[in-house]
Amino acid sequence: MLSSQIKSNEIVFGSCNKDLLEEIIFYGIGLGADFVEIFIENTDNSSVLAEEDFITSVSPSFGRGAGIRIFKEKKDGFVSTNDLTKHGLMRSVSQAIEMLDITDNKRELFNGLNKHRDYSLSKKKWINEVPSIHEISEKLLISTKSLKKNNKIITRKGSYSRNLQEVIIASSDGTYVSDIRLHQTVGLNVIASDAQYRSSGSRRFGSSGMPNEFRLWDHEKAANDVFESSMNMLYADYVDAGQMPVVLANKFGGVIFHEACGHLLETTQIERGTTPFENKLNEKIAHESVTAIDEGISEGSFGSLSVDDEGMEPEKSVLIKDGILKKFISDRAGELRTGHKRTGSGRRQNYSFAAASRMRNTYIAKGEHSKEDLINSISEGLYCKSMGGGSVGATGQFNFAVEEGYLIKNGKLTSPVKGATLIGEAKEVMPKISMCGNDLELAPGFCGSISGSVNVTVGQPHIKVDSITVGGR
Amino acid sequence: MNSREITTQISKAADFLNLKKWDYGASFSNDYSVQVDKGEAKQLKASQKQILTIRVWNQSNLVGITTTSDISKSGIKKALKQANIASDFGNKNESTEFSPLAKDPIKVKETKKRNPVGIKKLLTVLREAEVKLLESHESIKSVPYNGLSESFFERVYANSEGAFRSFSKSQAALYLYARAEEKNKKPRSSGSVKLGYGADDIDIESCIKEASNKTISHLNYSSIKTDKYLICFSPESFLTIINAFSSMFNARSIIDGVSLSNKNSIGEKLSTEALNIYDDGLHEKNISSTPFDGEGTPTKRLCLINRGRIENFIHSESTARIFKTTPTGHAGLGSKVSVSPDWIVVEKSDENFDLKTSLDHSTYEGEFVYIEELNAIHAGVRASQGSFSLPFDGWLYKNEEKISIESATVAGDIKYLLKNIVNIESSQEVTTSGISPHIWVDELSITGDA
Repeated sequence: MLSSQIKSNEIVFGSCNKDLLEEIIFYGIGLGADFVEIFIENTDNSSVLAEEDFITSVSPSFGRGAGIRIFKEKKDGFVSTNDLTKHGLMRSVSQAIEMLDITDNKRELFNGLNKHRDYSLSKKKWINEVPSIHEISEKLLISTKSLKKNNKIITRKGSYSRNLQEVIIASSDGTYVSDIRLHQTVGLNVIASDAQYRSSGSRRFGSSGMPNEFRLWDHEKAANDVFESSMNMLYADYVDAGQMPVVLANKFGGVIFHEACGHLLETTQIERGTTPFENKLNEKIAHESVTAIDEGISEGSFGSLSVDDEGMEPEKSVLIKDGILKKFISDRAGELRTGHKRTGSGRRQNYSFAAASRMRNTYIAKGEHSKEDLINSISEGLYCKSMGGGSVGATGQFNFAVEEGYLIKNGKLTSPVKGATLIGEAKEVMPKISMCGNDLELAPGFCGSISGSVNVTVGQPHIKVDSITVGGR
Repeated sequence: MNSREITTQISKAADFLNLKKWDYGASFSNDYSVQVDKGEAKQLKASQKQILTIRVWNQSNLVGITTTSDISKSGIKKALKQANIASDFGNKNESTEFSPLAKDPIKVKETKKRNPVGIKKLLTVLREAEVKLLESHESIKSVPYNGLSESFFERVYANSEGAFRSFSKSQAALYLYARAEEKNKKPRSSGSVKLGYGADDIDIESCIKEASNKTISHLNYSSIKTDKYLICFSPESFLTIINAFSSMFNARSIIDGVSLSNKNSIGEKLSTEALNIYDDGLHEKNISSTPFDGEGTPTKRLCLINRGRIENFIHSESTARIFKTTPTGHAGLGSKVSVSPDWIVVEKSDENFDLKTSLDHSTYEGEFVYIEELNAIHAGVRASQGSFSLPFDGWLYKNEEKISIESATVAGDIKYLLKNIVNIESSQEVTTSGISPHIWVDELSITGDA
């Protein structure tokens, strides 16, 4: 008896929490909320760092918390807490209601929660299937050893992190969902040095929902890639700045589309009035060779999910079709405030963030050209083999570092160059993507924005931009 | 549980698990924030957060760690158990101990802890600020990024040898980022951030004025020709560069081989003798100051560059032991303890005879580029290589005209930049990340569209 009383008064993962969740939602609706959403998570994470030939850091963490969101008309109040008792959750609802200053007597209907959609059933075993810290450590040490290919490599690092997140999502439209998400990522980094010359190389790999993936990771190939990249760049000269055509490599080259254009297609940008594409639906915004997609359904991809953080299954959204803008990436608040239908893209880093419209696996679709076609078409330009990070300013201008670049002369790759950055604005660059390769590949990454850092995939085939500003020395 | 009860609970659970040596860091916070959109409340947020990080030493003196937000009795016990398991994988190559200064007295300046003003007042204040900013100039059409927040938090450090430190404070922040639009021109955007101990301490009028002036001043814009220019760094932008390359003074980075400095770099000449740089977390203008670091070491003022030469590195307990010195109060608390600067103070030293003092950003009539703010630091800085290529907001001063620069980057090498400082202006300005005067540097590359 005592045990069941305790259970009914706090959220218990792995149990039915329907009565308690309904009680809390009824409470919020009864106080005048238009809409009540409860997001609860339980996390079990760990990370391991290998430096040179030692494990230098093992960091487990666990925790739980809830985020409660109340809508009244178009405004929302969001409260997060670590207190998962009935009292704690009710208090959070009250706090959100009070913040929104809800005093009217209009009451929305709440007919109780729908049948539980449990996406976690086949995933409960994952925690026992992921590699142990011992196993991870051994493989990371083998990987860092593989990086020791000559005496110019002065630092070698391998890092692994695993995030297991169990979520319960319930809301006053009847949504009642449970899921377990597993993300694993592994990265290798080196710094090479010879006299006054220095270079670095890095690669990151990631997956979702595949507990065995780290075991299958080809660390030798990864180590060779990182080593070659750092050696190629070690004696590179600085690139001369200027306007020029560029070819962006596939995989992580897609980060530019993600940052420079993808974010401008999120409804949060429409809400702010900061996207130049707001009134461009069904208009041409890119070269006709460009078709761009955002989806959350590719099996194992880092940005894939069974259900988004608002309880909606992700859809495949064709954002741009043959250069024509077709769709925005939308969440619940985006639909409410901009009218664009939800796309299963409501995402958040954790319970302490309200969900927002965020990208998942976002890429430019493959075209018909070979990589060589693109390079052969340029008499003088830049080949960006590996991109670093970048950012987009408040008015849409972007800036990206080129980690590994080569000059193109008369249709051939020539000397490596360092210090290049690509500068532009999506509105101006999108129409200049004139050729797309036939070698689409995806790469994992982390995207930081209004609702925190979320796992995403970027991608593209090789693409040619006819002209872009290259920053250098 | 309060911090004393948590300490007792950890001590009991550690005894039960036969763990003789442990320490922990904890933080507890309550945060409130509002955002508005054209006079209407958009999102109102409140959060209650607690984070506990426990380290334990096993019988081989290897350290294991766990972090949790579950500060219940069972959560603490689970965290200790996990940390104990993790200690099997502790770093055998570099030992970690308690800071020898973890029980030293700390200098706590007068605690400026404010009471919450509440969400409703935050909302009222932000609404009024948005209206005033929109009314300040006809070209300002929206304030897409805005927020007013207040936070109340407590930080704790304790260990099994009886060290116990606790510190609580409040902090508020206002940011206003306006967007100006004019016909046939690109939208321009800029803003301002102000901090205070509480919402009532924030200088709202100056935040509005600064956001408005900065945004409007970018309306008359033009591309810049790619070339080398004489540059004047604003205090904020110079501090951004110094912080981005702070690995030069960071003992952890030196040990890890990712710094431009090495163990023997103390005394190395980096710049003009006119330059002094300190790290001064306890500075009276530093609203975010904390009196101790993650290992319980007291925060203190430390000279990093004295008359152009490296004077000190910043340290954790373990890096200080390796360098045969004492910890400096710059450590985090982790499985691998990070080291980072607190609050940078840039000054002109007494040895300033070689400076070109005619270079003053408010009076100089020659051609120069004024860099107001540097962007995309995470993407454009290669700290381990010393190079940077960063987009910036700023102006070209030429022929007595001030023209906002459209979409440009400044590129260079930090050692070249420091060596080419040609003037350090006399008056310092307080920013959110430190204090600095305007700094002039000759011959840096700028890439523009012109």
